[in-house]
Amino acid sequence: MDFDYTEEQQLLEDSVAKFLEKNYAFAARKEIIAARTGYSPAVWEGLAGLGLLGVPVPEDFDGFGGGGIETMIVMEAFGRHLVVEPYLATVVMAAGGIATAGSDEQKRYLLPAIMDGSMRLACAFTESGGRYDLHHVETTARMQGGQWVLDGSKSVVMHGASADLLIVSARTAGATGDEMGISLFFVNPGEEGVSGREYPTYDGNRAAEIGFTNVAVSGDSLIGPLDLGLPLIELITDRAIAGLCAEAVGCMGALHDATLEYLKTRQQFGVPIGRFQALQHRMVEMLINCEQARSMALLAAVRVDSADAVERRKAVSAAKELIGRAGRYVAQQAIQLHGGMGMTDELNVSHYVKRLTAIDTQFGDADHHLDRFAAAGSAKPVELAVFERPRAKWKQI
Amino acid sequence: MDLNYTPRELAFQDEVRAFVRANLPPAIARKVIEHKRLGKDDYVTWQQILYRQGWIAPGWPVEHGGTGWNPVERHIFEEECAAAGAPPVIAFGVSMVGPVIMAFGHPWQKERYLPRIRSSEDWWCQGYSEPGSGSDLASLKTRAERQGDHYVVNGQKTWTTLAQYADMMFCLVRTSSEGKKQDGISFLLIDMRTPGVTVRPIITLDGEHEVNEVWLEDVKVPAENLVGEEGRGWTYAKFLLSHERTGIAAVSRSKRELLYLKHIAGQEQAGGRPLLDNVRFSDRVARVEIDLMALEITVLRVLAADRQGRPPGPEASILKIKGTEIQQALTELMMEAVGPWALPFLPDSWGDHWLGARVGPEYAAPLAARYLNFRKVSIYGGSNEIQRNIVSQMILGL
Repeated sequence: MDFDYTEEQQLLEDSVAKFLEKNYAFAARKEIIAARTGYSPAVWEGLAGLGLLGVPVPEDFDGFGGGGIETMIVMEAFGRHLVVEPYLATVVMAAGGIATAGSDEQKRYLLPAIMDGSMRLACAFTESGGRYDLHHVETTARMQGGQWVLDGSKSVVMHGASADLLIVSARTAGATGDEMGISLFFVNPGEEGVSGREYPTYDGNRAAEIGFTNVAVSGDSLIGPLDLGLPLIELITDRAIAGLCAEAVGCMGALHDATLEYLKTRQQFGVPIGRFQALQHRMVEMLINCEQARSMALLAAVRVDSADAVERRKAVSAAKELIGRAGRYVAQQAIQLHGGMGMTDELNVSHYVKRLTAIDTQFGDADHHLDRFAAAGSAKPVELAVFERPRAKWKQI
Repeated sequence: MDLNYTPRELAFQDEVRAFVRANLPPAIARKVIEHKRLGKDDYVTWQQILYRQGWIAPGWPVEHGGTGWNPVERHIFEEECAAAGAPPVIAFGVSMVGPVIMAFGHPWQKERYLPRIRSSEDWWCQGYSEPGSGSDLASLKTRAERQGDHYVVNGQKTWTTLAQYADMMFCLVRTSSEGKKQDGISFLLIDMRTPGVTVRPIITLDGEHEVNEVWLEDVKVPAENLVGEEGRGWTYAKFLLSHERTGIAAVSRSKRELLYLKHIAGQEQAGGRPLLDNVRFSDRVARVEIDLMALEITVLRVLAADRQGRPPGPEASILKIKGTEIQQALTELMMEAVGPWALPFLPDSWGDHWLGARVGPEYAAPLAARYLNFRKVSIYGGSNEIQRNIVSQMILGL
């Protein structure tokens, strides 16, 4: 058992933190959000220069060869600085997914282009009416003359409009809610028949509604297995969730620090308001929530790489559920303890609050993941024989 | 970053598990798992089994009979004992007064008391709280007056857990009323058989006799029973409170209780289906399970820091707050799980030698009393509000 970072991981942590301190101050972020693109090409180039765009890319392809822990390190720092770059979509989800399931040709073509910053990707998995269900896929893909032809639409695709390439889930067999019959395709948004509408989300990010009408892509656009794409979609999404959990921990840490500082400096009734027990105890609850969230982000980061999909799902959903709750609590208390100042757009507090609130909604909220956690084995009756337990490979968690 | 046990730790886990399986009397384990009443004999029997194995005081230095285990090994040991349904080792001797005597006691005190603590020859109780001194412990009034080679002690202690079994009490007494109230406190070891010591039961809301009042009337305590220096008792008391850091979270026990809760909720029927299939109920179970997963990692993080020699700190307060919230949630869910079967109150039926008829499933009988009893955990050992004050001051600097 060991909770320490390796030397390499520490270097990673330091270099991300330094880079963001220099390039992602709160004022700079404001400008980035307001820009037409909604992200910063210069920052993206900088991330490429640091090798951060290759974190999940295997060393064979000159990547960092990192896993859940490395992603956690980067995403926590991104949370601290409220980064709006399409890192989760491009690197954690797309590059990670390609590294796992792409053909040799796809890897050779796409991974270098992602790592040098010339190509951004987005994953278009969710549809209107499907809420958070990844197997709710109405969009179809049919083979026609050696090409795949896609029809349908995807909703709230994070960073969908700025992507140079989309990874789209489409039904190749079965009916809308079936778990079988789903496949993943690369789709160039420049293809004829692809329509998109970009809009801002309340946390400063961008998302898009994307439509596909008779969109023909080449026969080798399939990524992963035909019809059996759902496990891959779940894996990619679980990695994104583990990353989001770390981002949330970064946001919560920033809110904790800002609120504590405010309690020590804001004077009312002739004393710093942190002297009042009612506020002290709320602050302690914020700290406890931050620590519990950090523990779960760690667990998710470690287990997301587990070969056992049930173990992975349990840990990731448990983490997302707890962090959804804890993040909501910390965000609400941060506003409350800042009083009116917490309500302003001017102070960064409200921006962390919005990001934390949005994180709960992305890839399934606390309720959704409580369901998924229960389905993964929590809600099973226990025979007393369970007390005769098999030897734990993992710490009994 | 690796949450796996090392091969060495796995081998250690096997060793502990095999020992516990071979030596924990099944009748005792059953009582623990099913929340039946444990008697003094049950505790002492298990403690002496551990003693004979040399495992009674894992936290002690080897020269005093400790095991030399690192924090992770101690955690594994706790985990295995709790999972198998071993009774907890009563903390007052091994975990509380033992370390104080080791750190501050006179050589004769170490020689006399430490072996008797390990062998369970002495049952210790804790003389801290008083009727007028709960959370404000330092305001305690029990007076110890030096008369020749004795202290004469007068006052009253309360909430004294299992004092009815105790041979010895470690007691905070006031030896001076000058200066700061903390500075006039001393740490005395009192033989419970001394004339003038009276133990009176306090029956709690669950109908049980677990805590007591201890009256001290002109109790003559040899001056050599003072630990350390006169007036330094508060320092020793604080040392004692910070000594046991992670056990206070009770993660291992709560994991066993969670399994038992699922066992019950899998048998109870609601609308013709197991209660555990009821979303409204199983959601709450799952939420506690997730909180417990997080707490376990939090405990392991503190342990890892401990292993690297970082000094004990106020993180224990966080573990206590969260750990007790989870314990209370589990007892509450268990009581709710049995529905109306929580109502029949037949306390004799969860003691030894009950031959009478039962009402409802056997597992249901003690659950309401257990729920009521567990309201104590957020009060004792420094109430959760006091713990928040500690975190606020020591960690947050407010």
